[in-house]
Amino acid sequence: MSTRPARTTYYEELRQRGYSRRDFMKFCATVAAYLGLEASGTAQVVQALSDKPRIPVIWLHFQECTCCSESFIRSSHPIVADILLDKLSLDYTETLMAASGHQAEKCMRDTMEKYKGEYVLCIEGSVPTEADGVYCMIGGRTSLDILKEVSATAKAVICWGSCACNGCVQSAKPNPTGATPIHKLIRGVPIIKVPGCPPIGEVMAGVLVHLITFGKLPELDGIGRPKAFYSKRVHDTCYRRPFYDAGLFVESFDDENAKKGYCLYKVGCKGPTTYNACSVTKWNNGTSYPIQSGHGCFGCSEENYWDAGALYARAQPFPGFGIESDADKIGTAAAIATGVGIAAHAVMTNIRKSKLIHDVIEEGKEAEKEL
Amino acid sequence: MNYHKLRRVFVWELPVRVFHWINALAITTLCITGYMIGKPPAIMFGGEAWERYLFGWIRYIHFVAAYIFVANFVFRIYWGFVGNKYANWKNFIPTTRKYFQEMWEVLKIDIFQTKPGEHMAVGHNALAGFIYFLTFIAFGIQVITGFGLYAAMSESWFAGLFTWVVPLFGADSGVRNLHHILMWFFILFTIVHIYLVFYHDYLKGRGEISSMGGGWKFIEEEAFQAEKAKEAAESKKAA
Repeated sequence: MSTRPARTTYYEELRQRGYSRRDFMKFCATVAAYLGLEASGTAQVVQALSDKPRIPVIWLHFQECTCCSESFIRSSHPIVADILLDKLSLDYTETLMAASGHQAEKCMRDTMEKYKGEYVLCIEGSVPTEADGVYCMIGGRTSLDILKEVSATAKAVICWGSCACNGCVQSAKPNPTGATPIHKLIRGVPIIKVPGCPPIGEVMAGVLVHLITFGKLPELDGIGRPKAFYSKRVHDTCYRRPFYDAGLFVESFDDENAKKGYCLYKVGCKGPTTYNACSVTKWNNGTSYPIQSGHGCFGCSEENYWDAGALYARAQPFPGFGIESDADKIGTAAAIATGVGIAAHAVMTNIRKSKLIHDVIEEGKEAEKEL
Repeated sequence: MNYHKLRRVFVWELPVRVFHWINALAITTLCITGYMIGKPPAIMFGGEAWERYLFGWIRYIHFVAAYIFVANFVFRIYWGFVGNKYANWKNFIPTTRKYFQEMWEVLKIDIFQTKPGEHMAVGHNALAGFIYFLTFIAFGIQVITGFGLYAAMSESWFAGLFTWVVPLFGADSGVRNLHHILMWFFILFTIVHIYLVFYHDYLKGRGEISSMGGGWKFIEEEAFQAEKAKEAAESKKAA
């Protein structure tokens, strides 16, 4: 690894690995389409990957399950895995690098020094902050310590997956390890959030290619996610949307409506509150996505999705009333209590204000008689 | 028997009454359609999805009613500065000691009824005014959360003003839940509001219910003079 040539371009590396120019062009066209570029954008991608030296990448793993890496290496185009991951992240990644122990740590240090302010830091996983961060130690150092040091001289930080973006399952209540998403721990370096559990491989590739092609961050939304992939809700482009608009819903997973492929809204589909590209890009080489296989969306790319209600229910718990409560149950109870209170008040009024009521009624009756 | 001569007082101006009824209609529509969006009815239908657009219409009506609600609300805030003294914003926001004293009086006389007799107020009493103030805050939160959710699916500039809402909450789900919970505030408010209108009409016979139709309340001559004297004393004190 120490004998790496100066800095080759992606295209050069590809040719060395036996890919044809045709494969390369197909990849560039695919990624350009994912990025939402116009047709001429393909040329920009081609040029960038042919001319620009490869970006050094450090890919860190903290509190996570590596499903982001798994998703990435299984993206539809093999070039993604071969080049973007294998070559691009060769500098340091616990999962796939050949080096281990002191050699691996030295590798990271070399990259940090040699490409100061140039390398991209990719992070999978959240960082535990409880008990001084001992819940996640690598090479004898806490993940918080490593994060602070490596992010300080990075060009940009890409947060892969919900763990790094919003803490995912390990930050769900009661969050024993104090799992914290990356953006709450570091300052002064641009952060791109690519949430999902895992994010779609093509989306991950798209974000990296954008960074390589244009040399700057893709356009981000208010939460810090690339607009190209996270500006629409899964619901907005869902192929079952016509059933939703028609008011045709699956009532339970084994009913007739489920067989007919009606909308899964009432069995807890979180598509209407989830910003992701699943219903457009789909998974496993565009084969399917959860809703297509008859299962509602979990909203895995949304912040706090583990605590924001049951996975198979639309309604969320009413704060402070336990997980079985929802706004409608509490509201109905409150409305009944209000009704009872009103009835009691009406009875009380007739007793305690009887003099007043009597006077008004008598005065009116007198007038009626006089006429 | 002591017969009362009644003075006709013009309390609610036409714009206030129009606001009230548009508001009532909009809130009713929003609550019904909103409830259905949260919990769609189970409907059996043998045809194809393209033959109907039921849920689409429910949502469309919700959004249209929301725009009407907002415009109406903004108008009412404006009228709080140019309308008559019963419509003025000072009726709603407690700024003086007297305001709090009156709230306490109303609580004692009308709500807990530990004090006999009646509380005299030509327009809103202090407690009612304050509850309306809380309602206006609920209006605001409902508008912010509602349009915050709507912003992602709208190109309109108005919805665009609310793109900051979801990032503030982190995700749509929390915004939705708050929006849903607040709907029940409106339902509870409506129940109590309608009851209290009947209560005042029944107890005092001053035309509480019909005042939102013609704008008039009918005050006994003695009560009218007493109120006038009270107002005069107060303006003298203020001067």
